[in-house]
Amino acid sequence: MSRKLFLILGLTLLAFSQTSKAALEIVITEGIDTARPIAVVPFKYEGTAEIPLNISEIIAADLMRSGKFKPLLIDQMPQLPKNDGEVDYSSWTAEGVEAILVGEIIDNALDRFTVSFELIDVLRGQITGGAVQVLQNGRLVETKDHIMDSRQVVISTGQFRRYAHRISDIAYEKLTGERGAFLTRIAYVTINHEDESYPYKLIVADYDGANEQILLRSKEPLMSPSWSPDGAKLAYVTFENDRSQIYIQDIYTGKRQLVTSYDGINGAPQWGPLGKRLALVLSKDGNPELYVLELANKTLTRLTRHRSIDTEPSWSPDGKFIVFSSERGGNAQLYSVNLATKRVKRLTFEGEMNLGGSITPNGKELVLVNRTQGKYHIAKQELATGNFQVLTTTRLDESPSIAPNGSMIIYSTMHGNGQVLALVSIDGRFKARLPAANGQVKSPAWSPFFK
Amino acid sequence: MQFSKITKGLLIAIPALVLTACGSTSEEELQGAAQQTNGQQAQSAQTESMAAETNNIEVATVEKALTPAEVQQQKFAALMQTQTIYFDYDRSKVDAKYLELLQAHADYLIKNPSAKVKVEGHCDERGTPEYNIALGERRGKAVAQYLQSLGVSAMQISTVSYGEEKPIDLSRTTEGFAKNRRAELVY
Repeated sequence: MSRKLFLILGLTLLAFSQTSKAALEIVITEGIDTARPIAVVPFKYEGTAEIPLNISEIIAADLMRSGKFKPLLIDQMPQLPKNDGEVDYSSWTAEGVEAILVGEIIDNALDRFTVSFELIDVLRGQITGGAVQVLQNGRLVETKDHIMDSRQVVISTGQFRRYAHRISDIAYEKLTGERGAFLTRIAYVTINHEDESYPYKLIVADYDGANEQILLRSKEPLMSPSWSPDGAKLAYVTFENDRSQIYIQDIYTGKRQLVTSYDGINGAPQWGPLGKRLALVLSKDGNPELYVLELANKTLTRLTRHRSIDTEPSWSPDGKFIVFSSERGGNAQLYSVNLATKRVKRLTFEGEMNLGGSITPNGKELVLVNRTQGKYHIAKQELATGNFQVLTTTRLDESPSIAPNGSMIIYSTMHGNGQVLALVSIDGRFKARLPAANGQVKSPAWSPFFK
Repeated sequence: MQFSKITKGLLIAIPALVLTACGSTSEEELQGAAQQTNGQQAQSAQTESMAAETNNIEVATVEKALTPAEVQQQKFAALMQTQTIYFDYDRSKVDAKYLELLQAHADYLIKNPSAKVKVEGHCDERGTPEYNIALGERRGKAVAQYLQSLGVSAMQISTVSYGEEKPIDLSRTTEGFAKNRRAELVY
């Protein structure tokens, strides 16, 4: 069964990848056991103008990557309805599908397309026969409660991709009760040693790797991009002046601001949840220690004081404590420091080393890099119970960054001889790889939700 | 001058050998090469002086024996060609086999107080980038501290850690990792 699923998914993906011209593209590396069967029916198009991309393909790819859904292949669909009126509910339920997304695109003016869609609970539709009478203000009213959402919007050619992700967000939220993260972005660093002029680049792309945009090219290493909570700025480390320095760059204006340039390490900047403070690592006083920098007045507060390595700060979602890696107990393990009391607590004990920790948006789990028998994998640990689960099986996995809805983790790993980005769903069941066009891709940072 | 060609070849090959092999045996070879170089220079000086004279007389010279200080000096000059020190996995301790090499660098820095050296610390690609930045700094500082213990002024030494960001070997094999775990002395 799982082999068949794997094949189906592989083929589905092949179909998706045909239209995707992005430099990064997602490849399924493992099958899905319990994803929910749904269908994204190809949107019916009426018009003459060429449409830039296939909206339904993008939506199906989005939902599949979340690890929670298993979209039906087009040739397995019993029918191709464009709206609820055309849907034969029982033919879909017979396929085991629980919900379908149908839609229509009409070319109604120069570079103006009307896109409408309906998300239909086919199980409910089958029960009610497509309509149900309810008592409302003392009167009997006919409603279609099987239609979970329906919307119509007018967009231009340039807005197709964005709107496709928007529909994915709506469908995901209706079906799971959790906010979708398909309109988010990732920042990462690429290294191409064959590029002699600027081997190091800081790049921002859509979460699925589309729309890659270079924000900075450098002759010297770039590291550790971190998003401001409003998604407008990135803090990162640059060696452009032959030493490490932390800069903040506005992604829209390109304006750069030097933040720290102390002797020694200026590293691992992480924006606090309110956007007013940066946690960072400085070794100006001898060895790497955690600090919090108040951006408005540049006040530095030292958080750790230990002669071993302290690094990789990551804020708790409520901003009350910071998780970090420390060698104070011998090998590197994860600790937390309470910002008010400065009390330090050890969090991990599993395996030889644990590094690069961050807490999920719901505050319940710790995602980290675990080293066991010399192998580095992404793992998670429930904070309350200590329950530990290794999520990945690839090589030299590092730099995990959690989607703002907590559904997936992006991380860097080895594929062949190159460093690439990969995704794993938070339950570890779904894994996908985003191959690099050329060179190495590292230090992914998943953006917050954009307002 | 077959001999001279061989000597020149050795002069080029030995620093390269040291760079790749870094074995303790290379130090003796280097010493040998330095002495050969000296011999060659003496010979060419002799030829020049003969050309300046007429044919009526012939002046000969005797090769001057090197003082121990001069031998040491030449050995150091050769050692200075090596600027990379390798480290064990996840370690920042300077191996004893590099102490003479660092002595040579320290000697140069002490005699040239205006010279400055930057010690760059590097790591292999295992472990997180941030952890490796910290480890790379520890390697750079271990070298810097040893130089200082030999009398080099702290003002002459700076350190920078590049962590795993500037690997020499991209193969991600055991051998590749070993080449990347290093400190480089950059003048």
